[in-house]
Amino acid sequence: MSHEHGKGMSIIVKTITRFTVGLIFLYGIYIVLHGHVSPGGGFAGGVIIALSFVHLMLAYGKEAALKKLSKRATSILESTGAMLFLLIALLGFTGGYFFLNFINKGEPFKLFSAGIIPLCNIAIALKVGAGLFAIFVALVLLDLDSEKKE
Amino acid sequence: MSNISSIIPLFTAIPLGGAFVISLIGRKARWISDLLAILTALVICVLSLLSVRIYNMYGVLTYSVGGWIPPVGIGMVLDGLTTFMLVVVNLVAFCVVIYSINYMERFTSKWKFYTLFFLMVAGMNGVIISGDIFNFFVFLEIASVASYALVAFGTEKHELEAAFKYAVMGTIGSLFILLGIALLYGYTSTLNMADMANVLAQKNTTNLTLMVSVMFLMGFGLKAAIVPFHGWLPDAHPSAPAPISAMLSGVLIKSLGIYAICRIFFNVIGISQPISSILMFLGALSMVVGGLLALGQWDLKRLLAYSSISQIGYIVLAIGLATPLGILAGLFHLFNHSIFKSLLFLNSGSVEYITGTRDLKKMGGLSQNAPFTSTINLIGSMSIAGIPPFSGFWSKLFIIVAVVQAGRFGYAFWAILVSILTLAMYLKVTKYAFSGSLKESLKHIKKVPVFMKLSMAILAVITLIGGLLLVPGVDELFLKPAADTMLQGVRYSTGILTGLK
Amino acid sequence: MIIYFLCLVLFAIGLYCVLRKRNIIKIIVGIIISEYAANLFFILTAYRIGGRAPIFQEGVDITNMVDPLPHALVLTAIVIGLATTALLVAIAMRIYEKYGTFDITKIRELNG
Repeated sequence: MSHEHGKGMSIIVKTITRFTVGLIFLYGIYIVLHGHVSPGGGFAGGVIIALSFVHLMLAYGKEAALKKLSKRATSILESTGAMLFLLIALLGFTGGYFFLNFINKGEPFKLFSAGIIPLCNIAIALKVGAGLFAIFVALVLLDLDSEKKE
Repeated sequence: MSNISSIIPLFTAIPLGGAFVISLIGRKARWISDLLAILTALVICVLSLLSVRIYNMYGVLTYSVGGWIPPVGIGMVLDGLTTFMLVVVNLVAFCVVIYSINYMERFTSKWKFYTLFFLMVAGMNGVIISGDIFNFFVFLEIASVASYALVAFGTEKHELEAAFKYAVMGTIGSLFILLGIALLYGYTSTLNMADMANVLAQKNTTNLTLMVSVMFLMGFGLKAAIVPFHGWLPDAHPSAPAPISAMLSGVLIKSLGIYAICRIFFNVIGISQPISSILMFLGALSMVVGGLLALGQWDLKRLLAYSSISQIGYIVLAIGLATPLGILAGLFHLFNHSIFKSLLFLNSGSVEYITGTRDLKKMGGLSQNAPFTSTINLIGSMSIAGIPPFSGFWSKLFIIVAVVQAGRFGYAFWAILVSILTLAMYLKVTKYAFSGSLKESLKHIKKVPVFMKLSMAILAVITLIGGLLLVPGVDELFLKPAADTMLQGVRYSTGILTGLK
Repeated sequence: MIIYFLCLVLFAIGLYCVLRKRNIIKIIVGIIISEYAANLFFILTAYRIGGRAPIFQEGVDITNMVDPLPHALVLTAIVIGLATTALLVAIAMRIYEKYGTFDITKIRELNG
């Protein structure tokens, strides 16, 4: 399994991937940042961001993807995302409540509105994106003893 | 809303924060993760003890997350039962963390252990403080998923097999709970437990509530390992590392299983005669089956695991009586069992640590060169078997008295019989492992490290003085409020709803 | 009404798969089926006759929507399901590594 991934896929897949991977990544960011004004949000956006890296890994092999986002980096990003989310929740105590939406909520349907919701979305996207990619890496790169013997 | 109720969300926020900080910086050095873990556990332990005082001063406290007024927003509740369970969970968690400092040294990534551990603690605390049924489910799943991972922590053959079995059965249990929640939501159009109780009290109980009850009974029964649903426990609990066995047997099955049964059946749906009878029957069944199966085990930790099923049966039987004395005795036994079963599991961990085996046949005469372990085993065994000065005696006595008082003489007979069985199984442990002549292979064994001794000593002292909780005056502080909360039944909602609005 | 029962039938199919199949991967698939049945059931409790998707948009009044709360809850339940499934698959791969088989009748070192 790992043998195939080392080489990557054919030239057609690689070329298409080069065009699409950035777009997928950008689309994920769009979903995250517009999560409070349209359907979407941190989880969906995070999944799409993780999928762009998964896509890269499938086409180019594990080295190319892990060079962009190493295992250690995913782990740190995941914890940072969770900490950020918790921090936002705890900052609500400044207004008296856990998870209080303490920033000015602004007008609906504007990009800068809804108080802490976009910030929460970003934190969730970090957590979910890094977490999902970490799960994928952990499952794909699992070194099976039986395969080593072959 | 007074500022004092701001303490409630901290019970989940602190362990969650601790978990993520440990996963961020704990990998740098072992002492950092140890220090952070001890600090986090100490803070929540102190907070939980503080919450007893706060409850006695202010009464039932409620908290609305994000300033959204329930039933729209998520509510959190601190009442008698909550404070009681918080103290149990966080006290045991603190002792287990102290124990793990030395015990978990042989595993390579200690920070992963602490991260998962605190996620589990956060989940359990969340289950306990939550006043919203879906939030309750989410925290239940956090605790469960963390515990599946912790059972598989050693990634050896047996751990993986046990973890897979546990994860499959646990997930099925969760799905039943989710279905039950969906049905309840469809029926009442609310998720707040207090509001739900109100709505259910206004509409009459129908077949739907009965169906929901059965689903919850299956789901929480799986989590609590009551007998027809117990298959995963004797595999999962022995396979996990000793601190985790102590956590799982000591508090996880109680906070996810028994507490949930108490809260849902007593305060939300309202206990009815059929449910009460089913609970009593299942309790007596698990008591007897667990006791009989435990007697035949030769693996020390498996024996303890089966004995957990048996003791859970006592608790369920007493709570199922739904009389004031029965509930008080059940909750008191819950407290005692979580203390002495954690103690016994930690002690089995130290036996494994010094001898390298869990097989009773390979041990013998350990009291000669491991006096501390032997003493701890004696204290734990006498407490669980119900020898007078220890706390286990008082709670078992109360359970039997309560059962007799309710006129259930058959169940009382079984309770006394299983108590004798329990004594027999712990005499077996003492005979084969600790007394007798010292085996040749056990002449030169390791010493138990200091932190492991410390945590076991704390738990042993609590077991010794645990009976004092029943003294009039002391019981007002801690045990009575918990029982009263359950006795209020569905009327509990009125207090909560006025507090929230 | 029948659609609710079909959900429960789907749940039972998943449960049958968990209880009856011998391959670990099939057991995991069974759990996923049951999980989706539960989620589907929860979504169906939100349905109103003639309701539309509960998306708050400019210039559209907010009447006649289906109940948005179960959607949010099911999203959470799906995330939990993702975590559980990932953990189960990881454990299954490790089991394959240790035992060299996915057949649960051959993985019986413990008997609880």
